[in-house]
Amino acid sequence: MSKKTKLTASLGDKTLRLLTLLMAISVLVLMVWMGWQLYASARPSIDKFGFSFITGRVWDPVKEQFGALPFIYGTLVTSFLALIIAAPIGLGVAIFLNEMATSKVRSVIAFLVEMLAAIPSVVYGLWGIFVLAPWLRQTVEPALGKWFGFIPLFQGTPLGFGMLAGGLILAVMILPTIAAISGEVMAAVPKEQREAALALGATKWEMIRISVLPYAKSGILGGIMLGLGRALGETMAVTMVIGNRPDILPSLFAPAYSIAAVIANEFTEATYDLYLSALVEIGLILFGITLILNVFARLLVWSVARGPKGGIS
Amino acid sequence: MHDRIRKYRNRMMMGIFIAATLLALIPLFGVLGYVVANGISALNLEFFTNLPKAMGAPGGGMANSIVGTLTMVLIASLIGIPVGILASIYLTEYDRTSWFSIGVRFATDVLTGIPSIIVGIVIYTAVVLKMGHFSALAGGLSLSIIMIPLIIRSTEEMLKLVSHSIREAGYALGISKGKTILRIVLPTAAKGIITGAMLAVARVSGETAPLLFTALGNQYWARSLNEPTAALPVQIYQYATSPYKEWHQQAWAGSLVLISLVVILNLIARFAFRSRSN
Repeated sequence: MSKKTKLTASLGDKTLRLLTLLMAISVLVLMVWMGWQLYASARPSIDKFGFSFITGRVWDPVKEQFGALPFIYGTLVTSFLALIIAAPIGLGVAIFLNEMATSKVRSVIAFLVEMLAAIPSVVYGLWGIFVLAPWLRQTVEPALGKWFGFIPLFQGTPLGFGMLAGGLILAVMILPTIAAISGEVMAAVPKEQREAALALGATKWEMIRISVLPYAKSGILGGIMLGLGRALGETMAVTMVIGNRPDILPSLFAPAYSIAAVIANEFTEATYDLYLSALVEIGLILFGITLILNVFARLLVWSVARGPKGGIS
Repeated sequence: MHDRIRKYRNRMMMGIFIAATLLALIPLFGVLGYVVANGISALNLEFFTNLPKAMGAPGGGMANSIVGTLTMVLIASLIGIPVGILASIYLTEYDRTSWFSIGVRFATDVLTGIPSIIVGIVIYTAVVLKMGHFSALAGGLSLSIIMIPLIIRSTEEMLKLVSHSIREAGYALGISKGKTILRIVLPTAAKGIITGAMLAVARVSGETAPLLFTALGNQYWARSLNEPTAALPVQIYQYATSPYKEWHQQAWAGSLVLISLVVILNLIARFAFRSRSN
């Protein structure tokens, strides 16, 4: 009798172990499957257009011409613009929260920054259409054009909807990511290291510069890369403010198009298989870029946040 | 003299960091302010009980979108939460250090960074094309894929906080490992796990991109899980990009509902978490 209960218990044990193992494996399967599914569906387009798909500048589904360069351009410009704005501010927020704020202030501000990340993308887009874009058109872009109009970046008619609007909205959306990851790696800097600098008479800023930032450097870089990854793949908010025109223009005021936006707009309208396949191939490019970026970024963050404590655990 | 410069520079840098933090919060209050101000005027009982009106007509509601979002989030949770919790049990209770576990953990982290619209494409080609139509099932499935890595990460953190002595106490009483996990470790970490699950639910409730070509949207009630289904974020997107003023009003009202849902879930999660750590 007692032997039997023991046997069933161990059977239950084995089942649980097997079940949890299967679920863990499913994560790996999921990732490989997603990549494969994209590749398989993009295959007709890859075979037909080859490398010219990436370098082609004309996107005309009616004439079966598919060049993805305008989308790649729009995605890269808006994402880097977002990064230039969000990286210093995000780092500033992380330093304020980790090194300056009292624990009460920190918990409030940290929650607010989290909320910034929690606001749905489509709500940012709505705000972008009715608040940000009109403000850019009426105030910011004319002023920029007046003062910096000699730079091609700030030339042209102020439209509001364009790469500047896309970049700004992305900056808001990736800032919490950069702040959170930078904060996480700064928190992993050993206390002794800070105290050593302070004991030598360093001011707070000198302490941050000497003992915190160099130690957290690669992790902060990882956080910035994760922010970039988020910006590259962000769909709704960008789709709603970027202007949706597949042109390659130097001015930030000009309407453009992003990879995610063209997929969102045209996917359900793809009337023939090659068209659909071309859209999936753009998706595959986006998947590839974000995958590589995330792998590198995670390695950097892991090396700081988990490394010094003795291996990954 | 030199000291004074150093002190001055210190104060300046501290000022810059404070300014950066304030600057970062301006858009938060900007967005919240506009959504509340514009949303409240369009929000009424009708909004929660009625179907959308025809193009440009005033009134109407988003009842079908609200129900659709709840349905798909429920489907996503029914798949995502068990899969995520079970996988994280493996990663914390059975095998913390092998290369396999490190690989799974790494893949989980990487998956959280994959754009959500990619998930939509994959589910479209794998499910929608095969079934021949858009559906709430496909929408829920794509949301579950976004949920799984989030649940794994948060549950794993919580399970790691459970002290080893509690597990050892279980073994010392002769309780099997499986029972120790299910009856002792999971209940101990329950509050944290629920918190993580709520945050994941909040996150996917606002997702639009993966639903665009899985659930598609619907101006009417979906009669089954196998039909195109409306969702709050998708409806907001369609209304916001339309040329009609009445629909813009509806989009603001929908955003207010959506943001309230997300903020409330976040507040509850935060509140529960704090009472736990004290």
